[in-house]
Amino acid sequence: MPTENRDDTIAHAPALAAAIPAGHGHVTTGEFKIRARDVNVFYGEKQALFDVSLDVPAKSVTAFIGPSGCGKSTFLRCINRMNDTIPSARVVGSIEIDGADVNAKTVDPVVLRSRVGMVFQKPNPFPKTIFENVAYGPKIHGLASRKDELEAIVESSLKKAGLWNEVSDRLHQPGTGLSGGQQQRLVIARAIAVSPEVILMDEPCSALDPIATAKIEELIDELRSQYCIVIVTHSMAQAARVSQKTAFFHLGKLVESGPTEEMFTNPRDTRTQDYITGRFG
Amino acid sequence: MLTWLSLLFLALFSGAAFMAGRGRALKSSGGSKAKLHSLPNYYGLYAALWAGAPAALLLLLGAAFGGRVEDAMLQAQRPAVVQALTPDRQDVFFSDVSAVAVGQAPSEVTYDGPLKAAFDAKVAEAKRIDGIVSYSVLGLAGLLALAGFLLATPRINTEFRARNRVEGWISGVLIACSVAAVLTTLGIVMSLIYESWRFFESVSPLSFLFGTEWAPQIAMRADQVASSGAFGAVPLFAGTFLVMLIAMLVAAPIGLYSAIYLSEYAGRGLRAVIKPLLEVLAGVPTVVYGFFAALTVGPLFRAFFNGVGEQMAGGPLDGIAQYLMQVQNQMALVAGVVMGIMLIPFVSSLSDDIINSVPQSLRDGSYAMGATKSETVKKVVLPAALPGIMAAMLLAVSRAVGETMIVTMAAGLQAKLTANPLDTVTTVTVQIVTLLTGDQEFDSPKTLSAFGLGLTLFVVTLGLNIIALRIVQKYREQYD
Repeated sequence: MPTENRDDTIAHAPALAAAIPAGHGHVTTGEFKIRARDVNVFYGEKQALFDVSLDVPAKSVTAFIGPSGCGKSTFLRCINRMNDTIPSARVVGSIEIDGADVNAKTVDPVVLRSRVGMVFQKPNPFPKTIFENVAYGPKIHGLASRKDELEAIVESSLKKAGLWNEVSDRLHQPGTGLSGGQQQRLVIARAIAVSPEVILMDEPCSALDPIATAKIEELIDELRSQYCIVIVTHSMAQAARVSQKTAFFHLGKLVESGPTEEMFTNPRDTRTQDYITGRFG
Repeated sequence: MLTWLSLLFLALFSGAAFMAGRGRALKSSGGSKAKLHSLPNYYGLYAALWAGAPAALLLLLGAAFGGRVEDAMLQAQRPAVVQALTPDRQDVFFSDVSAVAVGQAPSEVTYDGPLKAAFDAKVAEAKRIDGIVSYSVLGLAGLLALAGFLLATPRINTEFRARNRVEGWISGVLIACSVAAVLTTLGIVMSLIYESWRFFESVSPLSFLFGTEWAPQIAMRADQVASSGAFGAVPLFAGTFLVMLIAMLVAAPIGLYSAIYLSEYAGRGLRAVIKPLLEVLAGVPTVVYGFFAALTVGPLFRAFFNGVGEQMAGGPLDGIAQYLMQVQNQMALVAGVVMGIMLIPFVSSLSDDIINSVPQSLRDGSYAMGATKSETVKKVVLPAALPGIMAAMLLAVSRAVGETMIVTMAAGLQAKLTANPLDTVTTVTVQIVTLLTGDQEFDSPKTLSAFGLGLTLFVVTLGLNIIALRIVQKYREQYD
């Protein structure tokens, strides 16, 4: 997308988002949701990310792998501008979602984040009821004008997150009372409730037991048909199971990226090979 | 003097015991430190402690309570001439005896005839008793020191665990210190209860708690007018409540909003300036707030209301105007507002801590949903911090209820049952101060009523603090 009509694109971003019908998901290699070019991130004096350029396909799961402190979470947080909340962070370079630069001055991070949902490492349900947790986003964005509309959104979000059957009889109990895995699915339901186009997941299973992890992975696989999902993970097995594309980060640099199968069977870079065979990390 | 000398001597003896214990330990191991269970100094300390500590304790106890014992022994037998005196005069007699016995000047009372003979006899007896008591304490202390030394040193050998024993002594001292604090509190509560009990013997608790007239002026002499007082504390409770309410109306919003600003909005540089400034406000002595209220805010408010009254005079609200023109310096509003200012840093610093302890992950979660800062604060941070903020408010209320200086100087002394903030009111603490300052006799209901008020105040603030701390504790558990 040429840069000169960037502003024009942003003005129409919500309309553009609406123009892509949900569930219209046939994955082709040419269809990219997110395009990042030469992204550099600084925390104060320290540079955390060096010249990262990456294309993230729509309606599929992209996994970021790499050792701790390699910059994969930092890059993830650039996509919905969560780094804005850290005063010392500075982002240089361009990240485009559907051709619109997220870092452009005209982009309101609040609007951006309603299109790009995020799930964190530790489940962080608000200290409210299960219903209120899921209704939080629709309420602040005014997505429902009537009570029954809100209830419908909450129900469908919880169903998509695979949590409805477990919580339908206790929607008005505190969300903090759920188990860790349930909390994480609640948080995913909360993110889905505002109908985002992209869902970012920052090590969503690292605080969960294997059974809860399996459920979340199953869920990610189901959500793939409707959303562009980016997942940061420490588990290479998880990356291999859930993702279609994998990007390997090391020391703030993107070492290589490609179809997951290819990355795990035939990595081009020796560093990638060393990491996925467990020689470091 | 004798006590100090003997303590000095004891210290020397204990030092010698240290050297002896250390020497014995080294000797038993043949000069090798490695063969000893503990370092040599621990053996020395062990011997020194047993030689010095019990005897020193006895000497100190003797110095503290020896006089009492002597008095009790002296007064056990009272000659008939002395028994003929009134109880008050008997006390004077014996205090004069003690004074003369130690070479001090007696009171101006003269003793003659048989009383003089009894007086001289008692003085001689007092000197004798003093000798017996002090020398027996000294002798006993010497024996204790010697026995401690002789019993402790033979136990010293290479196997002996001197370090553990010395550490046992140290932990004993630490326990004693913490117990002292608890016992002091207990003592305060007991004396409060005891004196209140005496008060409630003459005034029924029901009429104290529910009576609406407070006039504790009991005559000093039986023939004075108004010889009986009224002890209905409701006007005091109402006054306290009114001032507290005004103070919280000032402190709660300002304190809370400044805490929200500081923790959520202020940049790091600004926060570094404002927070210490607020804390300086917390360090201002309340008496300074008191004269600020009495000399600055009071006249200011009075001038304001009088001015408003003059503007309105003759209009349709002439009644109110006439009232406003007569408003005095001392009013509940002044005391409440200044107390509120005093409480701002208290509320803001507690609320700031609580808001900061709301996990960052909740904020991140909210921002990631596309919530703005104010939505995040209103809908996520504040609800999460609410129990803690409630507790902070309760603690502030308990401080407002117990605050004394500001209300003493700015609220007034007259007990009135009113809800008018422009009226003078008086509070529980002010009444305690006025009842107990100056020379007072401590057996009339007038002064004892202060203890009744104190007990009520204590129960209320203790209850508030317990509730608040329970809430804070539960809140912490939720996020840790």
